[in-house]
Amino acid sequence: MTASEKIRTEKLNAWFGQKQALKNINISFKANVVTAIIGPSGCGKSTLIRTLNRMHELVPEAKISGKVFLDRKNIYDDDVDPVLIRRRVGMVFQKPNPFPTMSIYDNVAAGLKLMGVKKGPQLDEIVKRCLQQAGLWDEVKDDLKKPGTSLSGGQQQRLCIARALAVNPEVILMDEPCSALDPIATAKIESLIRDLAKDYTVVIVTHNMQQASRVSDYTAFLYLGELVEYGLTKDIFENPKNELTEKYITGEFG
Amino acid sequence: MVRKSITGDTAFKIAAGALAASALIILFATLFVLSTGSTMVLQRFGLGFLTGINWNPVEGRESFGVLPYILGTLITSSIALLIGVPLSLGIAIFLVEMSPKAIRVPVSYLIELLAAVPSVIFGLWGLFVLRFWVLNYIETPLNTNLGWIPVFSGTPFGLDLLTASIILAIMIIPTVASVSREVISAVPNSIREAAYGVGATRWEVIRHWVLSYGRSGIVGAVILGLGRAIGETMAVTMVIGNAIGPNAMPASLFQPGQTLPSLIANGFLEAPTPLEKSAYMGAGLVLLLISLLINIIARVMVTRVLKIKGGAVE
Amino acid sequence: MFSSYRFRKLKDKTIYVLCFLCVIIAVIPLASIIFEVIARGAPQLNLHFLTANGLEGGIGPAMQGTLILIGLTSLIGVPIGIMSGIYLAEFGDNKYASAIRTINDILTEFPSIVVGITAFSIVVVGVIGSFSPIAGAVALSFIMIPIVARTTEESLKLVPTSVREAALALGLHKWKTTLRVVLPAAGQGLITGALLAIARIAGETAPILLTILGNTYFFQGFNQPMDALPLRVFLNSRQPSPTVQAQAWGAALVLILIVLVLNICVRIVSRRRLRR
Repeated sequence: MTASEKIRTEKLNAWFGQKQALKNINISFKANVVTAIIGPSGCGKSTLIRTLNRMHELVPEAKISGKVFLDRKNIYDDDVDPVLIRRRVGMVFQKPNPFPTMSIYDNVAAGLKLMGVKKGPQLDEIVKRCLQQAGLWDEVKDDLKKPGTSLSGGQQQRLCIARALAVNPEVILMDEPCSALDPIATAKIESLIRDLAKDYTVVIVTHNMQQASRVSDYTAFLYLGELVEYGLTKDIFENPKNELTEKYITGEFG
Repeated sequence: MVRKSITGDTAFKIAAGALAASALIILFATLFVLSTGSTMVLQRFGLGFLTGINWNPVEGRESFGVLPYILGTLITSSIALLIGVPLSLGIAIFLVEMSPKAIRVPVSYLIELLAAVPSVIFGLWGLFVLRFWVLNYIETPLNTNLGWIPVFSGTPFGLDLLTASIILAIMIIPTVASVSREVISAVPNSIREAAYGVGATRWEVIRHWVLSYGRSGIVGAVILGLGRAIGETMAVTMVIGNAIGPNAMPASLFQPGQTLPSLIANGFLEAPTPLEKSAYMGAGLVLLLISLLINIIARVMVTRVLKIKGGAVE
Repeated sequence: MFSSYRFRKLKDKTIYVLCFLCVIIAVIPLASIIFEVIARGAPQLNLHFLTANGLEGGIGPAMQGTLILIGLTSLIGVPIGIMSGIYLAEFGDNKYASAIRTINDILTEFPSIVVGITAFSIVVVGVIGSFSPIAGAVALSFIMIPIVARTTEESLKLVPTSVREAALALGLHKWKTTLRVVLPAAGQGLITGALLAIARIAGETAPILLTILGNTYFFQGFNQPMDALPLRVFLNSRQPSPTVQAQAWGAALVLILIVLVLNICVRIVSRRRLRR
């Protein structure tokens, strides 16, 4: 465990109304690696990553207790502005959700424009760089004015990744980013995720264990809102310590 | 036995279908009554009925034109939109995007209640209460300080185009607010999340994404409100001052006016001659056509958005 | 950049306050209306005012007329509206039905004074030859039918298909299934729709202005003018005498109470439906 810590949760609980989705989660995410969160559906995977950039609280009736430290600062402190947290911790969603009324270019530029970056060569440059990083530039460089929704599903998801990269985040959260995509598009995104880990801290939720073993350095297994096991991906998959983890990985339930 | 059952079901279907035709009958009866009723005045004056400004029933010098009332209708409705739409949007945004649930429920109930107040009671309140608010706090100061501007000229009296417009603005709020609210709720959450995800503030999410995504639906809501304002009769009749003929040509906001519905409500029953009755029918026809046109446009726009919602929400 | 963020944040807060202000501004007229109607209307309320005829300064004929109108209009509008709704919900998968649906939508937005002209020409001038409660009821049913048809259709569609299938599987005919099983299952939705429609027509003035004319005496017959509360409010408000104007406020209070009670009934019925 050489990598330094980027995000750490402490006694994290989350609820939807009366239903508790997360129970006393203590986990530390390392910087510049890919961490996968696996577990059967409804186990709280998505809720966990949505607490990491304060998206959870946008759901009506959602409640939370405990702490989440981003670079040792609790993001749930009163003096913290969720908008600024979300800029540092970007997110890619389960279904590709490019802004429907905007062009490809504007989708990537949207966050920067809000921050006051004016149209011009500087913005063009960032948009180009982000699309390149997302591996989409060569496919769309002549169609930047076309609506983002005109792209294929896999391209849309890479556009959403480029959009997240544009505001220059430190952490990228991905909520089952490939679940709506075909195998070829999935392979592209997976190799992209590996590349991203060079510059960013990546946390990815997946229900696909092969995907977790392919892309991640660390894996956390969640069951019924509790963290069952967490460690190097290699160890989790080859030598799980917990019986439940083993049963899940060998496909006995899930 | 089997045969009998088929006939029974068929008969039921036909009976229900025939009663459903009542809508068709009402529509055509109305169109028929108004078009035959207005034939006389339209034959006599032709297009002049639309462009004329006189309303003179004296035999031998008859002259009927509805231009002042068309203008009165359009002006009061437009001002109503100018005031009512921003308020309604603010309410809709507050209810969907901002308010905690504990406030949302009672506030929506109050807005619904505003819709339930009969228009004659709006009129009564307008005549005895709102009139003086408008006169003392809006018209007199504007007239004293800015009276040289034509629309603020004249002698403020409180029963005029402005008061009618304000009461219409209040009356369209429930419609515009509740339809906009539906439209805003229909904007998929994935869009809001993505926008928050790139670091937008709540207002930026609303302005750049929610409102732009729901734009045509909100335009539909506004047009629906316009339809309401144009057809509203009693409240306007009670506060607009009921000018007739050339006097009803709108020149200042502080001047008595007349809309198409208030014209009919005031004069229809007292019309002494068949020609004048026919003129009121003509006014009704013009009103109906304007309102049909507006409603069709509004429906097209609202359903288009709610259909998108049906597709996007899964 | 930080200061520009502070500006964005400030804007966010400002808009929040503005939106809240919009709510307040919209509630002020409502509060004022309710306050004024009670403050000016309540002193009028006594047994004499509620039961005496117009010449004696009462609103008895108006109350009676409004009840008659509600009854007659419901008699015409509810059955036709419900049958229309049944057709649209149970057989409504064709072009004719979607045309009817559109027309119903358009009718709900009709200027109400125009409905008055139609009923005047057909019933007052044509069929009866005089101002009449029936003409008023016809005009109001033009407003009621589309509302009832739509709410009926909506509540019938909420009844699960399995209920229909269960009844049909027992060998019931479609029409019996609809009337005996589906309709009762949707019962509370239908009641809500009818009550909403009644609340709406009880306060309508423009259509009855041209059809029942108004009357200072109690019900005189189906071929005679009749009074009604909203009409009384309107007519009295135009009189110069303060006494008569005060009666308008009294009538307004009674009218708003009727509408309010109907709306509360709707709330109770529909809440019970949600709970089930």
